[in-house]
Amino acid sequence: MSQSSDPEAVPVYPAVNYLNADRGVWSWFSTLDHKRIGLMYLITALFFFLVGGIFAMAIRLELLTPGPTIMGANTYNRMFTLHGVVMIFLFMIPAIPGVFGNFLLPLMLGAKDVAFPRLNLLSLYLYWTGALLAVGAMVMGGTDTGWTFYAPYSTSTPTTVFPALLGVFILGFSSILTGLNFIVTIHTLRAPGLGWMRLQLFIWAIYATSIIQVLATPVIGLTVLLVGIERVGGFGLFDPTKGGDPVLFQHMFWFYSHPAVYIMVLPSMGVISDAIAAVARKNVFGYKMIAYSSLGIAFVGFFAWGHHMFVSGQSPFDNGAFAAISMLVGVFTAIKVFNWVGTLYRGAVRVSAPLVYICGFLFFIVFGGMTGIAVATVSLDVHWHDTYFVVAHFHFIMVGAVIMGFLTALHYWFPKMFGRMYHEGWAMVAASFIVLGFMATFIPQFLAGNAGMPRRYYMYPERFEALNVASTAGSSLLAFGFVIIAIYLIYALRHGAIAGDNPWDSGGIEWMTSSPPPKENFHTTPIIVRDPHSYQGHGEEVEHVVI
Amino acid sequence: MNDLMRRLLWLPVQASTLATRIDYLHYFVITVTMISSIATGLLAFILLFKYRERRRAQSTPLVMPSVKFEIVVIGVPLFFFFLWFVQGYKDYIWYTTPPKDAMDVYVMGKKWMWKFAYGGQGPNAIGTLHVPQGRPVRLLMTSRDVIHSFYVPDFRIKQDVLPGRYTETWFEATQPGRYQILCAEYCGTWHSQMWGEVVVMPAAEFDQWLLEQRRGLSERVDTSTDDGASFHGSIVEYGKKIAMAEGCVKCHSLDGQPHIGPTWLDLYLRRETLENGETVLADEGYLTDSMIDPRGKIVKGYKPVMPTYKGRLAAPEAAALVEFIKSLRSPSLENVPSKEAIYEPVKRP
Amino acid sequence: MSSSDAHANNPHLAHHFDSIEKQDYAARLAMWLFLATEVLLFAGLFLGYTVYRHFYHETFHEASRTLSITLGTINTIVLITSSLTVALAFHAVKVGKNNQAVALLVFTVLCAIAFLVIKGFEYRHKFEEGMLPGQFYSYKEITGPGANLYFTIYFLSTGLHAFHVIVGMSVLIWLTLRIKRGAYSPNHYVAVELGALYWHLVDLVWIFLFPLLYLI
Repeated sequence: MSQSSDPEAVPVYPAVNYLNADRGVWSWFSTLDHKRIGLMYLITALFFFLVGGIFAMAIRLELLTPGPTIMGANTYNRMFTLHGVVMIFLFMIPAIPGVFGNFLLPLMLGAKDVAFPRLNLLSLYLYWTGALLAVGAMVMGGTDTGWTFYAPYSTSTPTTVFPALLGVFILGFSSILTGLNFIVTIHTLRAPGLGWMRLQLFIWAIYATSIIQVLATPVIGLTVLLVGIERVGGFGLFDPTKGGDPVLFQHMFWFYSHPAVYIMVLPSMGVISDAIAAVARKNVFGYKMIAYSSLGIAFVGFFAWGHHMFVSGQSPFDNGAFAAISMLVGVFTAIKVFNWVGTLYRGAVRVSAPLVYICGFLFFIVFGGMTGIAVATVSLDVHWHDTYFVVAHFHFIMVGAVIMGFLTALHYWFPKMFGRMYHEGWAMVAASFIVLGFMATFIPQFLAGNAGMPRRYYMYPERFEALNVASTAGSSLLAFGFVIIAIYLIYALRHGAIAGDNPWDSGGIEWMTSSPPPKENFHTTPIIVRDPHSYQGHGEEVEHVVI
Repeated sequence: MNDLMRRLLWLPVQASTLATRIDYLHYFVITVTMISSIATGLLAFILLFKYRERRRAQSTPLVMPSVKFEIVVIGVPLFFFFLWFVQGYKDYIWYTTPPKDAMDVYVMGKKWMWKFAYGGQGPNAIGTLHVPQGRPVRLLMTSRDVIHSFYVPDFRIKQDVLPGRYTETWFEATQPGRYQILCAEYCGTWHSQMWGEVVVMPAAEFDQWLLEQRRGLSERVDTSTDDGASFHGSIVEYGKKIAMAEGCVKCHSLDGQPHIGPTWLDLYLRRETLENGETVLADEGYLTDSMIDPRGKIVKGYKPVMPTYKGRLAAPEAAALVEFIKSLRSPSLENVPSKEAIYEPVKRP
Repeated sequence: MSSSDAHANNPHLAHHFDSIEKQDYAARLAMWLFLATEVLLFAGLFLGYTVYRHFYHETFHEASRTLSITLGTINTIVLITSSLTVALAFHAVKVGKNNQAVALLVFTVLCAIAFLVIKGFEYRHKFEEGMLPGQFYSYKEITGPGANLYFTIYFLSTGLHAFHVIVGMSVLIWLTLRIKRGAYSPNHYVAVELGALYWHLVDLVWIFLFPLLYLI
């Protein structure tokens, strides 16, 4: 009888598991085990989250006063560029797929590994290489173009841009190979009985994300390559003095970078779907709608890029088309929100850190998503474009949705990955700091944008000072929350209570093996006989409710 | 009501015909956003409390949505989004259609200043745009270097300004006053200081002003910001005026004579050797940096005595100085390196 | 047949796949996905071509007249032939005719080399005439706006394509050596299939580049 079906059993920590099955540093650097690769992604991603966070704190400290505070203008311009580049390319895009996708996908499919384990290791090495180049750009003086690299500024600024471009190019390869690997894994390595409609929703989310990664990333690869060639070779497509069109750069850049935000948010939504079912011990309300809306977001998201360019000189017709399409994407998210809230109805909700993050996520994704619809309203975006309103909107999604999702995943799957539980009390304290600190940081930024404060401003008119001070104060709360998390999670690695196979009594397939799992994932291949995320009692009459 | 909402949301004054139109839709959208998100959070909170776990591994019913539920849930957001799209696009088309009788002003953005020129025999200005109240004004804009963006929050207008192309926007100011122009597309070191001002005058006053400008009468004494508002003339002359006023010429000669600081004659694009042995090209960046941080890169043989002009020079003034320095070229085409310094006692202010 | 039997019978079957059919299917699916990424990589350059052709219609037309249609056509025939031979080589491996496969693949690689040599001649001519991209453009016969852009796009797209020709050629050489060593058989040939697929893509990109650059 497996552990997970008996909540009264004493939790057991398996003596031999994937962490200690092979010994020595080289066994890690040459591993083909997706779980070890996921762990190495985790360490790298968290490191770069710290680096990006330090840049963020530097920015917020500088913005405490309207004039120069702790650094010069050129340094500040590098700070926000590197904050963006590190956070987006070195954390947000690789994190949830690289860490949790890698670790969990085979487990959730009842498989022994991903389809191409060596390609998986290559993805990790490419991630490290791209990261090294980005760090190289920082060390060599730093890029100051903004993470958006708009031409002709990016093709003419004397700062160090080429290593950053090369880094992004290589990171793109890592992303493409991961996406490719996951798509093939989901198609070919499902356990017997695991049809598409029985897959856990995290898998649907990763599947949709992987499609975007595979199709969109080559375009940014080419675009940064063209900017690099123009810088180094003096010929390119974007220089107006040679007849080029700088707006063409924007089209090519955003063709990737808009779907990229769905690469960031879809996995997070998948985490929420899985975690909310477990935490509420309930089937997901509207499973099919959530699954299909993930595909819908991926598809429609490819056609919305022009909403970043409403005032760029784009034609009014294009603006209208992009606005309408962007609104459609919002509908898919709204569907998900209704279905997630509906999952709580008549559930058996366990109050825990994942739950706090899920609630935060729900509030933030509605607020962030609808302010997204607001900026997609063309007439309003004329005022908001390139102001702190947009900064607040995307941070509500990037931090409020994606990072909440990441933290949910980190807490929900911590026992699975490490066999131990973290301390719930401290986790709730930290979660409160994070949620409150986040609101205190970014709500003033919405107001600053309304008031007319543009982005990327080293010095600003005095009337924006109060809002900036409030935002910086909030950011210290947010940072403090992360520090607390780091402390109790590191502590829990060694001293946390033994978790056992399934501390959440979750129905997910990954919980049907020990925590931590053995190197080969399952001692016997699981046979799937029920729908995912379903928690009806055994032998009892299954109560069906339709709303 | 309008004013209450405007203040609650930290929106600036509504100083153009566009602003009021935009703001009404803004209130609608933001209100629905706030209500939806609070309602969602609250509902989640209520549900999690009401349906909290009573005992471990409790089982739960299978709850599914009906087709009708899904249709409602899709239809309601779609309806709101469609409403906003239609109203927003209508306002947007109105915004992109300048009236036929609009007065044209040419705008040129460059790092890090705005230059304005009126059509016909109009006056030129740096940093300040005078316009009449109640009459539409069309701006035809281009950039000299990188992409900038012309943004007047009080008017709710914004338009990217591109190199190699003209873009246009228009507005009709409704109240006299001074309204800030901000650059809204990152353009380098002083992007955050690339400011300007729109001065809206009652129509009759504006006509009078325009007449006076065109007759070349002496500049009106303007109590505007020190961004060269009332200076009319070339930017090089303006730079010369600043050089005199700020005391630059006390240390930097204009005729090649070495003095307390390197001479400005042929300084532009000269290769200077620094104290630490490195060489630097005296381009716009170096010249501007030297004004802000004179101790950073000192030319060999000169003492670190230059005061900083940080906070004393606005970006357009610094740019005008650079243009003035650029204009100081001797007839011979050789690059003359800085000669040794000569020290004389100087009265410090 | 149980999973462990399948693994015992077939040394090529990886431990995490249940059957060789699934594994081969996975390999093919992966290659098709990768080909999709290559198409999107070139798409940006085709977009650039379309946009600037629209802006600088006359100059682009004039500039494309300077390309040699003869050499371009020869190159097209060379590549299409090589696609044929690589497909025949794949078929040969499938039916166990390894020697024939090797010969066909060698011919394919020779076609690739011929393509690159002809391209080399074309490039040299352009260097001589000053038909170079961006700031290096100095061809006096065409002075309209956008002339340098035409050659920027020409060199970027044919250059990126030539890079892919070299990569594809290297893969085919490696496969040829492996076939000679008997690594593939009618029971195990999916790697050859993937290599051939990649070569078809390289050919396909050229089939789009040729009319856009040479013919119109």
